[in-house]
Amino acid sequence: MESKKRIRVIPVLSIVDNKLVKTVNFKNPRYIGDPLNAIKILNEKRVDELVIVDITASKDKKEPNYKLIEDMASEAFMPLAYGGGIHSFSQAAKIFSLGVEKVILNSALYSNKELIAEIASVYGNQSVVVSLDIKKNIFGNIKAFFYSGTRNLSTNIDELIQLYIDQGAGELIIHSIDRDGTFSGFDLKLIEKFSKVAIPVVALGGCNSIKDMIDSIKSGANAIAAGSFFVYRNNDVRSILVNYPNRSELKEIVNR
Amino acid sequence: MNIVIIDYGMGNPLSIKNMLLKIGIESEISCDVNILNSADKLILPGVGHFTSGIKNIKEKNLFNLLNFLVLEKKVPILGICLGMQLMTRKSDESDLPGFGWIEASTNKFDFEDKSIKVPHMGWTDTQFKKSIIQDNLFEENPPRFYFVHSYYVQCDNLNDILCESEYGITFTSGFVKGNIMGVQFHPEKSHIFGQSFLNQFIEWNPKSE
Repeated sequence: MESKKRIRVIPVLSIVDNKLVKTVNFKNPRYIGDPLNAIKILNEKRVDELVIVDITASKDKKEPNYKLIEDMASEAFMPLAYGGGIHSFSQAAKIFSLGVEKVILNSALYSNKELIAEIASVYGNQSVVVSLDIKKNIFGNIKAFFYSGTRNLSTNIDELIQLYIDQGAGELIIHSIDRDGTFSGFDLKLIEKFSKVAIPVVALGGCNSIKDMIDSIKSGANAIAAGSFFVYRNNDVRSILVNYPNRSELKEIVNR
Repeated sequence: MNIVIIDYGMGNPLSIKNMLLKIGIESEISCDVNILNSADKLILPGVGHFTSGIKNIKEKNLFNLLNFLVLEKKVPILGICLGMQLMTRKSDESDLPGFGWIEASTNKFDFEDKSIKVPHMGWTDTQFKKSIIQDNLFEENPPRFYFVHSYYVQCDNLNDILCESEYGITFTSGFVKGNIMGVQFHPEKSHIFGQSFLNQFIEWNPKSE
């Protein structure tokens, strides 16, 4: 059989209060539409996988919105990962029971990285995704951020990643806060720096084209994720349109 | 037809029920003896650890019941992911034996080339070797399915292989023997391809073969 490794291309839907929104640099969430409607469209487009993040749940100390998660999961006939407001094993368990395959952890890891092991030991490593939200300061130093980019840890990021993998994380999203919503391209240096790990790495932040996705894969990413690229038409924020590349475009993105 | 998705606390039976509903088929999620006894077809789902899977099945008193339904009553059954692996004799993941319904073992992916990451996670083309599942009924041929697994099944008898996929090596992504079918991929999360596969499983009548 011809060896063809398909690369996962993953739309990321950001949610605030039942609404689909999109941020720039994690700020100014702008109303895009109804998340359920977006999922129905993405079903028709046969997206590889879907990520849904309630982007302010942890910062605002809110419980995950289980009703919305259940409604979204029942419409998602592709693998679904959910993040936002998950701080305990029982919350994760409830979310799995609603029909979600993976939980995404970020804010909880600010103070409780052991939550990864708690969940992974029961639901398997493949069910725990860590979103590592990264921002550069004016001196060019990078730090990991939590709680919608509002708190950071001074721990070295390589060390953090190793801690997460040791705890049993099955997948790592490298999310550039600086590129979020900017269409300025993936931060290839960041991807190159952190993708040489044992678990799959998903690049997120800044996507502007299929070529950009290919460059990101060449830099070491194992999968591609994007928000704005899939909710705006032609990288133009004046034109909201849930979209996804067609099969022939996606065929260009194979592992070389 | 009475389709029962076996509920033993592993994986995501609701996703399978939702997908069956999408193709117009009612099903029930249950671990109740009477309901399982009344099933025309069974689905054994599963995501997670092999040891937890077998332990949960035994704790819910399903081990002997399933042996009876599958081996004696010959109810057609589909194992998905861990559900498929539990049907084999043993797994590298566990000291506990599996059901052993099929002459096969479950091995860990172990690649010298560390750029091939484990788990195998994503969409992979799948070649069907038997006409029980007709590949010309899929929208694209070969169809692709969503996989997420660190272990793969190896059959003793090549004749039991239903389909193969490739990840670092060519591995058995599905087997079928009599009334027993197992697949490594997740049809419930594989869009139109999964729908077509499940439709064919529902239509499948091993007694007529």
